[in-house]
Amino acid sequence: MTNDAGTAVHPYIPSSVPEMRDAMLRSIGARDVAELYADIPPELRLDRPLQLPEPLRSEHDLRRHIEGLLARNVSTAEYPSFLGAGCYRRFVPAVCDEINGRAEFLTAYGGEPYEDHGRFQALFEYCSMMGELLEMDVVSVPTFDGAQAAATALRMAGRITGRHAVLVPATTNPQRRSVIANYVDGALEVVEVDYDRSTGLLDLADLRAKLSPATAAVFIENPGYFGVIEAQAPEIVALAHAQGALAVACVDPSSLGVLEAPGAYGADIACGDLQPLGIHMYFGGGQGGFIATPDEERFVAEYPSRLFGLTRTVVEGEYGFGDVFWERTSFHGREEAKEFVGTAAALWGITAGVYLALMGPQGMREIGETSMRLARYAATCLATIPGVRAPRFSGIPFTEFVVDFSATGRTVREINAALLDAGIFGGADLSDQFPELGQAALYCVTELHTRDELDRLADTLRQVLA
Amino acid sequence: MTRTGATEQDEDRGPAMTIPQAPETRRRFHEARWDEPVIFELSVPGARGVLPPRPDRELPEADSEALVPAAMRRRRPPALPELSQQAVLRHYLRLSQETLGADLNVDVGQGTCTMKYSPKINDQLARSPQLAELHPLQDERTVQGILEAIYRLDLLLREISGMDAFTLQPASGSQAIFAAAAMLRAHLRARGEFPARDEIVTTIFSHPSDAAAAHVAGFRIVTLQPGPHGHPDLASLRAVLGKRTAGLFITNPEDTGIFNPDIAAFTRAVHDVGGLCVYDQANANGLLGITRAREAGFDACFFNLHKTFSTPHGSGGPACGALGVRSHLEPYLPAPIVTFDGRRYHLDAERPASVGKVRTWYGVPEVHLRAYAWIMSLGAAGLRTVAESAVLCNNYLLERVRRIRGVEVPWPNRRRLEQVRYSFEPLRRETGVGSEDVGRRMADFGVHYWTSHHPWLIPEPFTLEPTESYSQHELDEYAAILARVAREAYEDPELVRSAPHASVVHRHDHGPLDDPARWAMTWRAYLRKRGAAAGTEATGE
Repeated sequence: MTNDAGTAVHPYIPSSVPEMRDAMLRSIGARDVAELYADIPPELRLDRPLQLPEPLRSEHDLRRHIEGLLARNVSTAEYPSFLGAGCYRRFVPAVCDEINGRAEFLTAYGGEPYEDHGRFQALFEYCSMMGELLEMDVVSVPTFDGAQAAATALRMAGRITGRHAVLVPATTNPQRRSVIANYVDGALEVVEVDYDRSTGLLDLADLRAKLSPATAAVFIENPGYFGVIEAQAPEIVALAHAQGALAVACVDPSSLGVLEAPGAYGADIACGDLQPLGIHMYFGGGQGGFIATPDEERFVAEYPSRLFGLTRTVVEGEYGFGDVFWERTSFHGREEAKEFVGTAAALWGITAGVYLALMGPQGMREIGETSMRLARYAATCLATIPGVRAPRFSGIPFTEFVVDFSATGRTVREINAALLDAGIFGGADLSDQFPELGQAALYCVTELHTRDELDRLADTLRQVLA
Repeated sequence: MTRTGATEQDEDRGPAMTIPQAPETRRRFHEARWDEPVIFELSVPGARGVLPPRPDRELPEADSEALVPAAMRRRRPPALPELSQQAVLRHYLRLSQETLGADLNVDVGQGTCTMKYSPKINDQLARSPQLAELHPLQDERTVQGILEAIYRLDLLLREISGMDAFTLQPASGSQAIFAAAAMLRAHLRARGEFPARDEIVTTIFSHPSDAAAAHVAGFRIVTLQPGPHGHPDLASLRAVLGKRTAGLFITNPEDTGIFNPDIAAFTRAVHDVGGLCVYDQANANGLLGITRAREAGFDACFFNLHKTFSTPHGSGGPACGALGVRSHLEPYLPAPIVTFDGRRYHLDAERPASVGKVRTWYGVPEVHLRAYAWIMSLGAAGLRTVAESAVLCNNYLLERVRRIRGVEVPWPNRRRLEQVRYSFEPLRRETGVGSEDVGRRMADFGVHYWTSHHPWLIPEPFTLEPTESYSQHELDEYAAILARVAREAYEDPELVRSAPHASVVHRHDHGPLDDPARWAMTWRAYLRKRGAAAGTEATGE
């Protein structure tokens, strides 16, 4: 069966049934659909069909085509992977995928707090559990990713303090650094603070030298991009505060079962990426950002994102959830608003909430400890290989650590190619972005690695470098 | 086809059997109401929801205290709730049932959002471990399949828009606007014209982010108001153009559903003063295969893949604003972009003039893959049918809605494409019931209803966008519900004002949400403030 455009009735388009289409046209007094397009001038009309590939008619044809494409990928489920650098293969409980696959959440969007009460509650609970993890009283619904969260946190700090300079570690995740640079361009001056070449921690002398009355915020990553736990965080916060600046801590939420909460060491704004919390990597599509602050109006007023709050209804004892301080947002104030708000990563917020509810305090502590112990073991094994220095820095690593291959005479690129031939994804190559480290790679070990995989990595590297 | 009931009585044989039928207005609908506690209230100390993996053999070093520097050791365990696994599952299933996803309703009420059907096959494919378990830094050789899908999507979008290259990195329409503004800024800087040119012209019926995100990138915003035909006229545009003009960021049709037929003259006028034109194609659903950004003279455009190209909205993302440009802007595209050398696909990061990154990695590939699959399931003729059906459905619904007492169609003589922004101002004037009241009452019948972004230039607005995904009868059903609620406003206004009655919860007290002393964005803040309030009451202060 075809419709009057000569095309087939399509399962996704109910009114492509010719009789229905005709009845609808009759009902509005139109002869054909072309009449409805009368406002589009002829010179703007496309006078030919789009030149697209022939459609895949059946669902089965489509599946075969797409699965054929995907079969050309090799995933980290097949080869052990030591890639991290901001995107992590961590344990994803089955219930996380069950909930984010629910049609109700998956296909909801901008409904009101009545018919979409469950969405509001799930996101309020996500924020609440993040609040416990971070020891912060205010958490936004998800932003695009950790990089955007960091960039917005810095702009918030600029507005809160009325100052224009932000200090960021020279070791900042390069992707995050690029997003920040682009996003604060024209609003803030970004000044890099050097790092200690032996510990990998922030160079406090350089920080002191660069802090000034113009400093709006001191930004740290904890753990840092090199995987090192920033043990000086409380001191950095104190130095920032002494200059009237805010301390912005960008943290890995999966570390917070074992590492101190940013709220507990005095950070004014916490931010980061929630992908490690029960979300698959999706080739980078699993990222989502969070921003958290104390519950003070001067902070709350500067959030661009939506904030969901708990309220009461006309029925005694009934919880309602709704938008807090809506007038801040660009939905209300357009260019007068705080930055802009729109679709971001809500489904990942709901998922992270499910994850935290499943893990509880014990689960969070366990994955932290397990990752750290496995990472420590891996570094110890790699350090026995001639020419390999692991970890490169003396600072204590969380789940990632830098491996220095400079003394092997081989490049990371060559080494990773050889590892790949042996069915292993080696660590992220740092040699382009941090040339001062020579041939160094960032290795990531999580609770999903087995000791056998770590032994195999060490054995393979030993052979590759022999 | 008749849809009237068969409930007349047959006097001889007593009450006639009632023939079950689809209720025209879902009058017996009631959304799930589980009275679900906040998850912290369900916590059972010591309960476990899941047991994470532990090392398969004892590791030599087991002293966990020594693992963390003393200053950074967590002193108080996070006060997360503790629940058994099924308790977590049940809680979230209940919350999902208390959410009106697009799959469950005739979702024409969230105008501008293009709530079309998101095919299940595409969701299943996107969840494949061959995508879900890919790390973005894997060697290119091991990700050829997803790179090919992204590259093919780029080619399809080029043809659909007439642009020369796309970035799929922006994760939403708003981020695409920001990326476009950052590229415009880079382009102007390269010519030594920034900040001398720092004005972006937009229109009041374009999305708020066209103004807000461009402003974040350092531009001043000039907003055009509609003229007598429902869109800004050329004279009002010319009046604001000049040496400071950096560009035009505009939707067409705007959120009114009215297509600006002078759009090519608009882009020419902006080019004539040295500006560039960015087409926000959030409202492209009625235009696929009909008209393109290129022919209208745009230098860049973007599509919301989660709208026009069917990927699920995800309760508000993850999503994609696919941003296409003509060749003169291509050097500024965010890096990397996917290229093809005839044999292999590459992630090209060597782009010296690039604005850098707007989002981590490459955007949201699970959304890219779904959009690619959707286009491939339709082809050129199918896309045109999508557009024509969306426009037909909208005009069909318009004919029904405009007859409802209390409704006004602004610029009633102008045609509409894929959506309409209506007004309930007559209803408010005559009954005191406003558009937000109507919206809450619509929830009682299992449908969404959305007013408008601010400012409410059209008084008591509501915005309906049927897309191609609904049948004549489903549109009849939505119109019937709307007509019923409008009728109630005249007959029993308090019923509407006090709504919802059959939704998940009842009317909110908005006070605590705007009061710094009472607002609570987390459970811990709520407990603290409730405690403080209780203390205050106890001491009679």
